[in-house]
Amino acid sequence: MKKRSHKTYWIGFCVVVALLAAAPLALPDFWRRFLTEILIWGLLAMSSDLLVGYTGMLSFGHSAFFGLGMYGAAAALLTVSPPNLWLAVGCGLVGAAGVALFAAYFSTRLRDIYFAITTLIFSQIFYVIIFTWTDVTGGENGLTFRRPPLSIPWIYATPFTNETLHWFVLAVVTASYLILRRITQSPFGMVLQSIRENENRTRAVGYPVERYKVVAVMLSGLFAGLAGVLYAIQNRFAAPDFVYFLVSGETVIFNVMGGIGTLIGPIVGAGFFLLLRETLSRFFTEYYLIPVGMMFIAMVIFMPQGLLGFARNWLNR
Amino acid sequence: MSAILEIFAAIPYDQVLIQTVNGIVTGMILALVASGLTLIFGIMDVVNFAHGELFMLGAYIGVVVLATTGSFWLALLIATLIVALLGAALQIVTLRPLLGRDPLTTILATFGVSLVLQNYALWQFGPVARKIQEPITGSFQLLYLEYPWYRLLIAALSAAIIGALWLFLKFGTWGIWIRAATQDRVMAQAMGIPVPWVHTGVFAIGAGMAAASGVLFGPLVGVTHAMGLDWVLKAFIVVVVGGMGNLGGSIAAAVFISLLEAYASIWVSPAQAVIVSFVVLILTLLIRPTGLFVPTPK
Repeated sequence: MKKRSHKTYWIGFCVVVALLAAAPLALPDFWRRFLTEILIWGLLAMSSDLLVGYTGMLSFGHSAFFGLGMYGAAAALLTVSPPNLWLAVGCGLVGAAGVALFAAYFSTRLRDIYFAITTLIFSQIFYVIIFTWTDVTGGENGLTFRRPPLSIPWIYATPFTNETLHWFVLAVVTASYLILRRITQSPFGMVLQSIRENENRTRAVGYPVERYKVVAVMLSGLFAGLAGVLYAIQNRFAAPDFVYFLVSGETVIFNVMGGIGTLIGPIVGAGFFLLLRETLSRFFTEYYLIPVGMMFIAMVIFMPQGLLGFARNWLNR
Repeated sequence: MSAILEIFAAIPYDQVLIQTVNGIVTGMILALVASGLTLIFGIMDVVNFAHGELFMLGAYIGVVVLATTGSFWLALLIATLIVALLGAALQIVTLRPLLGRDPLTTILATFGVSLVLQNYALWQFGPVARKIQEPITGSFQLLYLEYPWYRLLIAALSAAIIGALWLFLKFGTWGIWIRAATQDRVMAQAMGIPVPWVHTGVFAIGAGMAAASGVLFGPLVGVTHAMGLDWVLKAFIVVVVGGMGNLGGSIAAAVFISLLEAYASIWVSPAQAVIVSFVVLILTLLIRPTGLFVPTPK
């Protein structure tokens, strides 16, 4: 029985990836771009799911990791010429990891609500720094840059087209998903889940809980930074708005709507939220957050498992 | 020796005096906001993410009432009452179903509330900042500045409201119920205290205090839909630095942090002075995670 459902999982996985890969060939330009964005926001949501869903730490600071990924990529693209894709990815990851280490060192001393608040305040610290340090970060206007070519180092380089950009994002997100899935199923991931279930008992068994938490925050920050790099490459700019706490809030919304602790759920949540925003903003213009917020409250109260919660066992075996 | 004297000589004492007064005034407002937040947290284990939005809504209701009646004090009273009622309604609708669940879900619910309220205010009142006219316009000479009396009045009023809250908690029947529910929720329930209604009442009081501080603070800055977030962040810092759920600690921390920020803004821009409070928070987390202004737990 177990083996068979394993097989259905992989078949389903391949079908979804194949559909997503084929999508840009069939979709009009607007929806292709939309789909790419869903994937990027989905990666951000997935990274925070490692904390919210698996370790039981609600992070309100993911915008800092995402934003530093963007600014790291921007720094690499602006200073080195010709712009190099992999250098941008590397710099973005280093930036995000640095911030994550800094935030993790302080905030993992606290639990539950205190953790949520300190991560929020940390993201605001970085927002203020980026917003006011105009000489380096461009302040309110942010930074704009050219998109680097898609390259395999020393072998091959070609400019990004709309389709290859989508495929590149899809490849990165799929790889990240597989890595994250592996992490959550590894012994390390099991310890994280036991921290979620009962932190004191985990400590009593002999695991250095704080160290596990720091590593969890760093891993989560790395993937959030990767999402930031992708977003920077797609949109060719880095702006302080993306370090602002609203992005963290949206990440939490993606998680709750899609279903925490499922990895797939947050991507679904991101897609659901973006679609909702797209349709609702036709009726409510920029006030779409009023109905979305109400729906969010209702989901917190009545549907704590999220859209995908009921399918969790089936998906994450 | 002379180097130390030079440093002391370089401090602009006149500005320090002015910033001390400024810091105490904003500190008292912040204490009013934070004491509502800490009261709600201490009793219900709820971090009210929507606290800044209640503050902002209070200020807007103050604007509307002031425009129709022309009386600032009526505006203060009505805004407080309306937002307190709204707070009670919000607690019943969104937080009561979450009783007994993971406290983290209450952050999510109040975060949703803050989104709705903030966008409602944007929709209803537009993005242009509104102004509340101060009720008294006189000023006195503070060194070379014309310092408005109204600022001192705010500090006094905030202190009076906090004092009234303290007396109420100490001697009022509801106050005693509230303290009982803080100490032991189950036992309080067993003694016949209507704990769910105590929770609703506490949320209403906290919301009302946020609204009152919104109206009081309105004349100093413009009233905008986004004014809440700055305050709720600062109030969070105050509550953590002062020790979660500790009323006296919050007040001390509010004045402490506001003073530090005021002094910092002598040398750097106010936007960067915010960093000072962040640093205080980080140091608190490192040295005394239970809070700076609480006695050492035994």
